This record gives sequence, C-alpha cells and structure tokens, in this order.
Amino acid sequence: MLRLENVHAYYGLSHILHGVSLEVGDREIVSLLGRNGAGKTTTLLAIMGFLEPGPGTITYRDRRIGGLAPYRISRMGVGFVPQERGIFGNLTVEENLTVAARRGSNGAWTLKRIYELFPRLRERAAFRGSKLSGGEQQMLSIARALLLNPDLIILDEPSEGLAPLIVQEILDILLNVRAEGVAVLIVEQNLRAALRIADRHYVLSKGKVCFSGTSEQLNADETILKQHLGV
Amino acid sequence: MGEFVFFLLALAWPFLAGSYGTGLITEALIFAIAAMSLDLLMGYSGLVSFGHAAFFGVGAYALALSGMKLGLNPWLGILVAVMTSALAALIIGYFCVRVSGVAFIMLTLAFAQLLYSAAVKWRGITGGSDGIGGFDRPQIAGLSLNDPIYMYFACLLGFVLSLWLLRRIINSQFGHALVGLRENETRMRALGFSTDRLKLCAFVLSGAFAGFAGALYAIYNSFISPDALSFAQSGMFLLMVVLGGVGSLLGPAIGAAIFLLMKQFVSSHTEHWLAIVGIIFVCCVMFFRSGVYGFLKQWLERGART
Repeated sequence: MLRLENVHAYYGLSHILHGVSLEVGDREIVSLLGRNGAGKTTTLLAIMGFLEPGPGTITYRDRRIGGLAPYRISRMGVGFVPQERGIFGNLTVEENLTVAARRGSNGAWTLKRIYELFPRLRERAAFRGSKLSGGEQQMLSIARALLLNPDLIILDEPSEGLAPLIVQEILDILLNVRAEGVAVLIVEQNLRAALRIADRHYVLSKGKVCFSGTSEQLNADETILKQHLGV
Repeated sequence: MGEFVFFLLALAWPFLAGSYGTGLITEALIFAIAAMSLDLLMGYSGLVSFGHAAFFGVGAYALALSGMKLGLNPWLGILVAVMTSALAALIIGYFCVRVSGVAFIMLTLAFAQLLYSAAVKWRGITGGSDGIGGFDRPQIAGLSLNDPIYMYFACLLGFVLSLWLLRRIINSQFGHALVGLRENETRMRALGFSTDRLKLCAFVLSGAFAGFAGALYAIYNSFISPDALSFAQSGMFLLMVVLGGVGSLLGPAIGAAIFLLMKQFVSSHTEHWLAIVGIIFVCCVMFFRSGVYGFLKQWLERGART
C-alpha cells in the first residue's frame, strides 16, 4: 500500500534521512521505532509531503506521491495524526470531528460509529477542544483522522505523555481500526505498546533502517534492543 | 433576548431620534457591514488585511459608475457592486493568499494603494479627487431612498441580512474550516484542505460584503471620492474591528457604531479628533483585550452568576 524506497530528506542543509526503505501492506500494522532524533517523525513528514522530497521514491497505492502537496496526499486516503495532535481549541469536539470529514473510498466511518467507538467523545461533544484532557485530545485527533475515511492512518507517538490505561484504550482502538480494513503506520517510543499491536517493526538509527522484522525477531535481537531502543 | 430588544430599538430609532440621529445610525449600519466583513477575514480566518477599503471603494465606484456610465437601475447596481468587489477580491486575493504574516498585510495594503491611485489619476472615469456625485438613489414602488427614513430602513435590512448570512457562513463546515485555518494551518493541510483555496474563498466572501457596504455608502452619500479607497479608510475598518472585539461579528458592528459616534462627538469639539480617538483606542486595546463586546459579555455573565 505504502512503499518508501531509499528516501533521503533534508532540513535545510542537514541531511536527516539517509535512504529509508519501508513498506506497509494492506490491513497491516507497522511500527517505526528508534531513539530521539533517529528520523522517525521526519520520515512521516516526508510521506505526508511536508518536506521537500530528496532522492528516493515514495509510492502509495502504486502512485508516486513524492512532491505532492500534503492536502493531495491526504485526499488520496491517508489520515495523519501528528504528535502535537492539532486540536482546534476554539471549535467544539463535534465541530473538530466534522470540519474535515469526508466519505473517502467507502464512507464506512460516520459520526455515529465514531461515537460508538469513543463514547467519551460523545459525552464531550459540545465541549471546546481546549477543554479536553491529553488523552481525550489524542482520541479526538485519531477520531478526526478516521472520519476522513482513510485507507492508511499514520500516527506519530500517540501514547506519548498518556496514562497507561488510556494508552491501552488507544491501542485497542487501533486494533479495532485495523479489523475494519485500515492499515496503520505508527511511530512509537513505547516498545511494549509497539510489540503489542504491530505485525512488523522497523528500527531507525541515524536516518537509516537498522532492523526490520516481526515482533518475535525483534524480541530475539538483543543488540538492536540494547543499542537502539535502550531496553 | 438582548438582540431582540436591540432590534426593536433599531426599528423605532428614526421616530425617536431626529434626522441627524437617523443619518448617524444609517452610516453606522453601513460601516458595521464593512467591519463585519473584515472580521470574517481577521477574526475567523486569521488573515489581517490592511487594504479592506479596496473592496469597499470598488463597490462604491461600481455602483456610481454602473448608474452614470451604463445607465443601470441602482438596485441592479448594488448587485453589480457586490460582484465587482468579489471579482476584485478574487484577483487581489489570488496573489495575497500565497504569502502570510507581515507580507500578507503589506501586499493587501499595496493593492489598495494601487486602486486608490487609479481612482485619483483616472479622471475620465472616476472624476479624480473630485469624485463622482449626484447619481440616482434607488426607489421601489414610489418609495425613494432619497427619504432618509427609507434609506435608514434599507441599511437596517442590509445589515440584518449581512449579519444573518455571515453567521450562517461562520456556523457552517466552511466556517469551522476557517477557524481551523487560523489555529493550525499545517494541520488543515494534513486533513486534506488546500489552505490557499480556503483563504481565497474567505477573501472573496469578505470582499463581496465590503462591496455591498460600499454600494450602500455611495447611495447614502450620493457621492463617492477616492477617500473611500484610502489607506486611512482601511485603518478605520481595522480600528472598528479591534475596538469592538475581533472574532465576534457583532463586536465589530458595535465597534463601527462607537467609532462613528466618537468621531462625531469629538470632532464637534476639536479638530484634533483623531488624536483623542487614538488615545481612547490605545486604552481600549490595553484594558479591554477582547474589545468592547467581549468586555460587555464578560460583565453580563459575571452579573448573571452573582
């Protein structure tokens, strides 16, 4: 579904990604791991079109998307949940959800279904976005991305700064989302969370992929765990 | 509730106040429409335009010229004015939305100055700095807007209509998207919005309402000069919005009324009225951050709680 081949990216003159290759298949949950500064967020920004593309190719559903404007990539069916969540504080929860909602390829996600999946958001529907707790904001951000009816959802550290119970809830939701046929690419610092939900993992170090494999393979690789994930 | 009382007062106003008071509020209603149109851009979309007089002036000239040169019925002239302003906003906005921040402010200012100098220099069409005067006011079924009371009610109707339409826009999905644009443009792009296009839509809508106000202004005065396009006029619109309360729609309308009343009152005492208005403005910005409207609202809410 999504494929990166030898992708390079730069912030001004600094070379951040040194040829990243990875792939996300249909209905797959893939995690992107690594220490701070390894290039995880940069990889996501490159996919979403927020960075000038360097050498390398990014294809989504067999179409090259490198160099397209972010809104075009979004409209092709990619939902993005950034680290800063980006809740609109002056809009209500429901307005946040509906502001960008679209039918996508099959229109499976509706406001009603979102409220079933996130009962907490229904309770808060008339609250301003700025009045939500961190966990609720994260749920709202994910729910809003789902209402774009994406075929692939990309999340940047959704568990960051949240209580373990909330993290649990969010992971369950992502498993639920995959069961509905949406592919997931998730950047995580929390190795346990990643191991729990993802089918395959990529570990980034200094802008390169230094490991790719299944959860068993990752669990068995002491060097990677020690050197790049600090376990 | 408050708005209903306000509306009743507005209906009764021409019969309570003399012709002077009626004229004053007529003008306030016209400027209120212009201030609200700027608020759509400034308060909701986060785009500070320093050239809003351009669309106000284009609307006013379009009305005057469509009557004088084309012999168009002035009612139709209003429609032509709105469309001409929207077209001007489309062309100017096409360039302006590509930049943001200070560059946006300067570019809107530059385009407005361009139109201003065109109005001054192009004497054959615009009459230069003498302006254009003495064109027909619209009439319907024998009721002519030459009568100040009918003029007042026409402007009141225009104001209520504009307020209603602008509110519908702001409460729609499009309006929410504008708020999203102001709060986090990057996020809006990730959600699949072409933010340039979104900004341009806001710019054109805003320009259309300003053009409507300009047309009413031309009818009210039966005269139009390049002053309506001037830098000072753009500044006054900004003052009205900030004075009343950015992003509240009714606030800028109130701001427009306060500004005009202040101008009338102070200028009858001293010719240095702008200095006094300036001082009042500085105090307002320092002490009422959310404008007069925000202050009143807070005050009423506090009163309701205790």
